[in-house]
Amino acid sequence: MIDSIINVSVDLWNWFPPGWQTFLEILGKIILIVLPLMIAVAYTTYAERKIISYIQVRIGPNRVGPRGWLQPIADAVKLMFKEIVLPTNANRFLFLFAPILSIGPALAAWAVIPFDRGMVLTDLDAGLLYILALTSIGVYGVIIAGWASNSKYAMMGALRSAAQIVAYEIAMGFALVGVLMASGSLNIGMIVEGQSGGLSSWFIWPLLPLFLVYFISGVAETNRAPFDVAEGESEIVAGFHVEYSGMAFAVFFLAEYANIILIAALTAIMFLGGWLSPFEGLAFAQGTWLAETSMLWFFAKTALFIFCFLWFRATFPRYRYDQIMRLGWKVFIPVTIVWLFVEAVMVVAEIGPWAA
Amino acid sequence: MNFTDLVFYFFSAMLVLAGLGVIGSRNPVHSALFLVLSFFSCSALWLLLQAEFLAIVLVLVYVGAVMVLFLFVVMMLNINLAQMRQGFVRYLPLGVLVALVMVVQMVWIVGPVGPDVFGGEQLNQAVQHAPDHSNTSELGKVLYTDYVFAFEVAAIILLVAIVAAIALTMRRREMTKYQTPGKQVQVRKSDRLRVVKMDAETSK
Amino acid sequence: MNKFTQFVKSFSLWELLLGMNLTGRYLFKPKVTIQYPEEKTPMSPRFRGLHALRRYENGEERCIACKLCEAVCPALAITIDSEEREDGTRRTTRYDIDLFKCIFCGFCEEACPVDSIVETHIFEYHFENRGDQIMTKEMLLEIGDKYEAEIAANRQADAPYR
Repeated sequence: MIDSIINVSVDLWNWFPPGWQTFLEILGKIILIVLPLMIAVAYTTYAERKIISYIQVRIGPNRVGPRGWLQPIADAVKLMFKEIVLPTNANRFLFLFAPILSIGPALAAWAVIPFDRGMVLTDLDAGLLYILALTSIGVYGVIIAGWASNSKYAMMGALRSAAQIVAYEIAMGFALVGVLMASGSLNIGMIVEGQSGGLSSWFIWPLLPLFLVYFISGVAETNRAPFDVAEGESEIVAGFHVEYSGMAFAVFFLAEYANIILIAALTAIMFLGGWLSPFEGLAFAQGTWLAETSMLWFFAKTALFIFCFLWFRATFPRYRYDQIMRLGWKVFIPVTIVWLFVEAVMVVAEIGPWAA
Repeated sequence: MNFTDLVFYFFSAMLVLAGLGVIGSRNPVHSALFLVLSFFSCSALWLLLQAEFLAIVLVLVYVGAVMVLFLFVVMMLNINLAQMRQGFVRYLPLGVLVALVMVVQMVWIVGPVGPDVFGGEQLNQAVQHAPDHSNTSELGKVLYTDYVFAFEVAAIILLVAIVAAIALTMRRREMTKYQTPGKQVQVRKSDRLRVVKMDAETSK
Repeated sequence: MNKFTQFVKSFSLWELLLGMNLTGRYLFKPKVTIQYPEEKTPMSPRFRGLHALRRYENGEERCIACKLCEAVCPALAITIDSEEREDGTRRTTRYDIDLFKCIFCGFCEEACPVDSIVETHIFEYHFENRGDQIMTKEMLLEIGDKYEAEIAANRQADAPYR
């Protein structure tokens, strides 16, 4: 019975011309990445509400389903059935196009994220550049949303967000230059492999300032608290997405959380050795699953950073706008430049990962 | 016609249409967005030429940074279209002249009459590389060896431009009051607060 | 030295870490949320909820239509009409409280010389039709009859403080 099913499937597969087979294979892989990602995004919203409420000594959502586990699904269903209101004189096409522009790059960046050794959709040689390019496109969604809404609050939010993202992208790019110097490759798989050899050879140690700059810039780049002046609900209501409702709003929401997961995953890959095990080379873990490289480590590290995002939001009050600009331009960029010089000295002196 | 040709014609058509959109649309914000689309199409064409580094950098620099700031400015400005059109006839001859010169230059380089630097014969001689060939490292090697002088000069010119832009816009007005957050956070209780011990008043 | 420690402190994100330590510890604190329909907070005997009109133990209604409550009501929520009953006593023919106007200040309760109008602990109620918000004399007496034991106990508990 099972054999015949397999046979039929194989026949069906062979019936497709080779070009189609590649196409279907890639399509399947994309679905395999995007579907769990969307579920992860939905449950990140749940995790956020739960963790923040626990820190605020509350319980959080606990009514929909057992312990509130179905809450994100209920939210999604609610948003899907809500009307999408188009503001008067709004630019219809751009208004509806903006959420797509905002979620597109956030999902497309996952094409080069390796989950395990060789488990990657595209093993792009310039993977890091690709990610930088895509994260820099994400701002268009915000800007166009702000402009097309034909609303002053939305416009203010868009302008704030654009200035902030442009400022922090520079610091972020510089921090990644440090990673490039350490690994000697733009390929993300190679960057992870460059950190093999146990906990002590992860890039976080020689590049600690760059790690901090990168992660904080990542928080700023995703417009998350304490850098969420683009939304600033106390001043400009909800910033660039005031006028959005229903599914269009939900897409912005998804994009925000997809970006959080992306930044967390990138931090895990670039500074904490991605899929590498922290117990690698330790005597007690030798031969057990603990010392093996696996997807689980990658997910655990990513989850750690996502938790940090939520923890930050529960802890810090919002930055004032001029303080954000000061931090980005006058603190982070000089810090990264100084540390790049220090790193260059380390390369010449062969300290850290450059020890021959 | 194979798949690559199809992709080429698709993106070329998109590039041309987006270019027309840039100069043809009435709304400056639409023009800017059409320019973004044309950058994307161009980047896709470069990918077909196996120049992935250049393609990604085009998106990173022009779409990710330059056009964001451009859009920023265009959104803030209130452009009066009627005023913009006023000089159209007056500047038309100059514009046509510039366009003609550009067409002649392009024909000269690519087309059938000139030295044929990029087109026709040269195109067929382009080297096809294996899939694992790294365009990025190749470019890096050339940039930092043969062209290192030009590269560094370009970098210094850009640095000078940055310094100049900051110097032009930075001015310190006499009367403005501002806070220095660095100093603000350094303030301790002992700097501001003095606790005075006094005896309690007694009734005689 | 102060500048140096300040420098080290700000670049090691010391104060941010202190804040995160605090919120991190609160993550594991016992939660204070009351699961409302299943759990309820304790209620004071002075709680001011839905109104009721009380009766004496012999079944005679307490209200003597003095209209002090109507006079004291800051929201003008109480409307009283009165008449002489066959036995010669003054009684209300109409005692309406508009619950949309009522602000539950408890002044009527305070003003009442015979402890007739009181506010009970009931706060979970709703109206389904326009006009339902007017509590008539019959409705108020009915609530009073139903919860008399509780009302009396609450008065008793609060008596030493009056």
